[in-house]
Formats: sequence, structure tokens, C-alpha cells
Amino acid sequence: MATDAPPPSKEQHKLPSPEEFTEVQQSAEFGELRRSHRSFAFPLTVAFIAWYLLYVLLSNYAGGFMGTKLFGNINVAFVLGVAQFVTTFLIAWWYSRHAAAKLDPKAEAIKSRMEGGA
Amino acid sequence: MSPVQQTVLAANEASEHRPLIITLFALFVLATLGITVWAGRQTKDAADFYAGGRQFSAFQNGLAVSGDYMSAASFLGIAGAIAIFGYDGFLYSIGFLVAWLVALLLVAEPLRNSGRYTMGDVLAYRMRQRPVRTAAGTSTIVVSIFYLLAQMAGAGVLVSLLLGITSDAGKILIVALVGVLMIVYVSIGGMKGTTWVQMVKAVLLIGGTLLITFLVLLKFDFNISDLLGTAAENSGKGAAFLEPGLQYGATGTSKLDFISLGIALVLGTAGLPHILIRFYTVPDAKAARKSVNWAIGIIGGFYLMTIALGFGAAALISQEEIIASNPSGNTAAPLLALHLGGVDSTWGAILLATISAVAFATILAVVAGLTLASSSSFAHDIYANVIRKGKASGAEEVRAARWATVFIGIVSIGLGALARDLNVAGLVALAFAVAASANLPTILYSLFWKRFTTQGALWSIYGGLIVAVGLVLFSPVVSGDPKAMFPEADFAWFPLKNPGIISIPFGFLMGWLGTVLSKEEPDTKKYAELEVRSLTGTGAH
Repeated sequence: MATDAPPPSKEQHKLPSPEEFTEVQQSAEFGELRRSHRSFAFPLTVAFIAWYLLYVLLSNYAGGFMGTKLFGNINVAFVLGVAQFVTTFLIAWWYSRHAAAKLDPKAEAIKSRMEGGA
Repeated sequence: MSPVQQTVLAANEASEHRPLIITLFALFVLATLGITVWAGRQTKDAADFYAGGRQFSAFQNGLAVSGDYMSAASFLGIAGAIAIFGYDGFLYSIGFLVAWLVALLLVAEPLRNSGRYTMGDVLAYRMRQRPVRTAAGTSTIVVSIFYLLAQMAGAGVLVSLLLGITSDAGKILIVALVGVLMIVYVSIGGMKGTTWVQMVKAVLLIGGTLLITFLVLLKFDFNISDLLGTAAENSGKGAAFLEPGLQYGATGTSKLDFISLGIALVLGTAGLPHILIRFYTVPDAKAARKSVNWAIGIIGGFYLMTIALGFGAAALISQEEIIASNPSGNTAAPLLALHLGGVDSTWGAILLATISAVAFATILAVVAGLTLASSSSFAHDIYANVIRKGKASGAEEVRAARWATVFIGIVSIGLGALARDLNVAGLVALAFAVAASANLPTILYSLFWKRFTTQGALWSIYGGLIVAVGLVLFSPVVSGDPKAMFPEADFAWFPLKNPGIISIPFGFLMGWLGTVLSKEEPDTKKYAELEVRSLTGTGAH
């Protein structure tokens, strides 16, 4: 063990060796973190892009439906457009809740162990 | 009255109050220069210059991200597109916002964890450094210059409206002034100064937009249905104004253009280098996530208000006046301010001056952000890692970045004169298409695909870049259309104005093809490092 420890600094983490990284990458704990991220983020990304494309396609090819007046001068197109805003806010909130509950604790546990219990 | 006379009239209305406009604008310039000098004194090392010292809070960065993102395209371009084409203009607002989810879910946190100063840091992480850094730097600079072009076009139209400068020499002078200011902001203040300028600008823009929205809604007793109805009637297009199709519904080709635009908008944001480097200004990935959330809130609120700006302009101003002032509607928002206060009244002039100063602040700040992104990428990716092979000191890098700033400033002044009559939002959409074609596929493959190789990265960056830029070159944006950059020439064999529908899938395809055809094995050790680091923040700077 080196005894001439440098003064603690926020930029001076102990950087793990390539072997340690490979070992962690293949560990069950990291596999679970990866799965928690991907199984949430990937399907949700596909879903919101599909929902957005549906909106674009409806605008293009379903003009009659989009022009249907719902109340006053507010039509379906307007409501669907505003709905895109609402779903964006909701998804951002939902992901952040998921990340705080499921991703952050796992990520922090791995990080502090790898950086030597900092 | 001829359109030309009306333009001159609008300019005259404004020019009576020229001292006021110039005073407001000078105040903003002085305040931001003060911030820049202050930030410059605090900029001591490369991390300060490139990443603002990484100590901004999530809220501060969220505000700065919003400032960087809500460009002249959003404020002038979208308001104008809605004022002329009604509902079709609103697609920009929706696409620009939904796009943030890609950044939030897939890009912001891993990028913060694994990069240091530039987008190239992440793309080259597990690849051969020199070729991938060169590619990343090239694409950063190309995307940023496209985006700069749009901002410069916005500056040109604003000035001709406000100061009554209609001569080309006068406009070029103003564009040059913007260029010089941005060189000063970036080369002296670095990321720290630029971030503060973005925050000030975001507050001004949101404040100005809230004011106009409030005044518009007040006129209609807060009845949105009334506002829309009056807009439809006054536009002379009736109910069609509130339905999709006015701009893009005419033919099969234009419908395809709409889809192309839609895809480019939603996939572009997470590939914009000047947005991505903002995530390095906060301490960690969690703060990066929070800053995206703040940005989504602020930007979403702003885009909702574009409804009031755009339809408000359509309801209160005649189509002839909007189009006469600028054929693409870029001046609809300032004109709306004038009409809300009352044409020929002092209050109207004050509102016009305020909103114009806000628009100018918007342009200046975004231009500074773009210049910073391209000069950091030049200095860090190309100069330090390719030319000097990683042996340049931090001080040498920063010096190179400052010189690059001067050079990019001069280039964008030169280009700014070319793109005056194009809709600013349309121009920015091109930058989005290039970013989504060249950068996004490479970022996603790099982060999430184990087998991805150097050849794959090069093919996706260059493939996406060349096809996107090439298709724009041969599109009606550049030639063969009265509103094109070169209206007299016609070499537009590609019918769509936005290349996204072809170039984005092509970028993804090339990344995959380059990888499966590569002879070299992927560097699995480096990928292990990148993957662990990107998800956990281990060893992050």
C-alpha cells in the first residue's frame, strides 16, 4: 500500500483498474442496475416516440378527425397537441421517480465500493 | 399599400423610438459584458473554461439549458410559423419539447458520467482516439454552424424591423456586431460566463413571453376558444387555420416533409453538442437529470405560450402586415407587441422595444453557446487529441479554444448574410436533422451497444453527416424556390426541405453496417469501463 496519500480532492478519485471494471460489469449487482435502467428507459422511449409519431401521422392523414370541434373553437388537433405536453411532463416525472428509487441507490453502492469507500 | 411601403411603415414606427430600443439593448450588452469579465477572472483552468468549474446547481443549469435551447427559432420562428400557417407551426413547439425525453432517458446522465468536456469524449471513449475525435469535432462544428446560421438570420430580420436598416451594408454591420460580441463573451468568459449569460437571457425571455401572453389573453378575457376563433377569422383561412395541413397538407411530398421534420425535431435535441456540453457544468449525473427536469418544465411552459404568441399575432395583425414585414413571419412576435400596446402610442413602442431587446438577447446568448460548443470541440477533440496527440496542456487547449472562437465568429458573420429570408425555425430544424443523423446514432450505439467499433462510429458520423448536409444542399432550402438562399439557381433535385426521414435512418444503418463489417474486434475492456462508468459515475470528473 502506498503511504504517500495525496491530499483529498474532489477531482482525485481512485480510478479502478480495467480488470475491476470488467469484473463489476459482469457482476450480478451491475446486471441488475443495467436491467433496471434499460427495461424502464427503452420501452418508454419507444412508447413516447410512437405516441408522438401517431400524432404527426394523424395530423397528416386524418385531417377530418383532427378538425373535429370539441368545444367552441377547440378541436381534436389542439387537444392532442396539448396532450403531448402533458405526457412529456408526466414521463419526465415518472422516470425521475424510478431513477431515484431504483437506479441511484444501486449506482451509488457500486461507485463508492469501486472508488474505495469514499 | 404595397408590401414594401408597409415594411417601411413598420420600420418607421419603430425608428421613432430608436433611442429607447438602443438603450435597452445597450443595457443588456453592458450587463452581460460585466458578467463575462467577472467570469473571465474566475476562469483559471481548462475545467473552468470548458465546464464552468462543474459547480452550477441543477436549477441554474436547467435555466441555462433553457436559455441555450429557446433560440430565435423558438421565439421568432415558431410565433411566425403559427401566425402564418396556424396549427402547422405548432408542430415545432411539440417536437422541440418531446425531444427532451430522449435526452433525459438515454443521454444526459451517461454523458455526464463518462465525458469530460465535449461530446467527442463520449464517442471516442472506447474507440481509436484520433479518427473518432476528428469525426466528432467535424460534426460538432457543422451542426453548430447550421444552428448559427439560423440565429444570424434572426438577427438580420430583427434589425431591419427595429432600426429601419434595410440596406445590405447596414445588416451586415449588425451581424458583424453580434459576431464580435459573441467572440468576446466566449473567449473571455468561457463556459462560466456563457452559462450566466444564458441564465439572464432565459429569465428575460420567459418574462417577456409571460407579459405578451398575459396581454393577449387579457384581450380575449382569457377565453382561448375566442382567441383561436378570432385568429382563424382574421387569417382569412377560417377553420382550416386551426387544423393541420395549411403548410404541409397540399401534396404527398409536403406531407412527407412534415413527417421528416417531425422525426428530426424529436431526435435532434439529444445530439446537439451545445446542449450536451451543458451537462458537464453540474457536479454529477443526478444534478444533470434534475437540470433536464427543470429545463423540461421551463421550456414546456414557454412553448405552451407560443400558442398565445402565434395565434395572438394572427388574431390581432393582418396577414398582409405580417408577411410584408418578413415573408416567413419572423417578425410576428415583435409586431404583436407593438399592436398590443397600440400602434402610434408610446406604450406600443415601449413594448416593441422591450420584446425586440429580449429577442436580441436571445440571439446573442444562443450564438455564444454555439460558438463555445464548436470552439471547445475544436480545441479539445481536434487540437489537443488529434494534432497534439493528447500532449497539450490545459492552458494550451484553452488558448486554442480562444483562437477557434475568433475564427468561428468570423465564419458565422460571413454566413449570416446569406440566409435572411428563410424561416428561422425551419433553418434550426436543419441543424436538428444533422444532429439526429450524425450524432444521435453514434451516441446511442457507443453507450448501449457492446459490439460497436471505431469503423461503426466513423460510418455513422460521416454517413449521417454527409447525407444530411448533401440532401439539404440539393433541397428547395438552398435553390429552386423563391425563398431559397440562392433563388435564381435551381439544382434542387431532392424535394423535401428537411432531410431527416432519409438521413436519420441512414445514420443508424451505417453505424450498424460499419460495425458488422469491421475487421477489428470491439475493445471489450474499454466498453466495460464505459458501461460501468456511465451508469454509476465511477471515476467521473
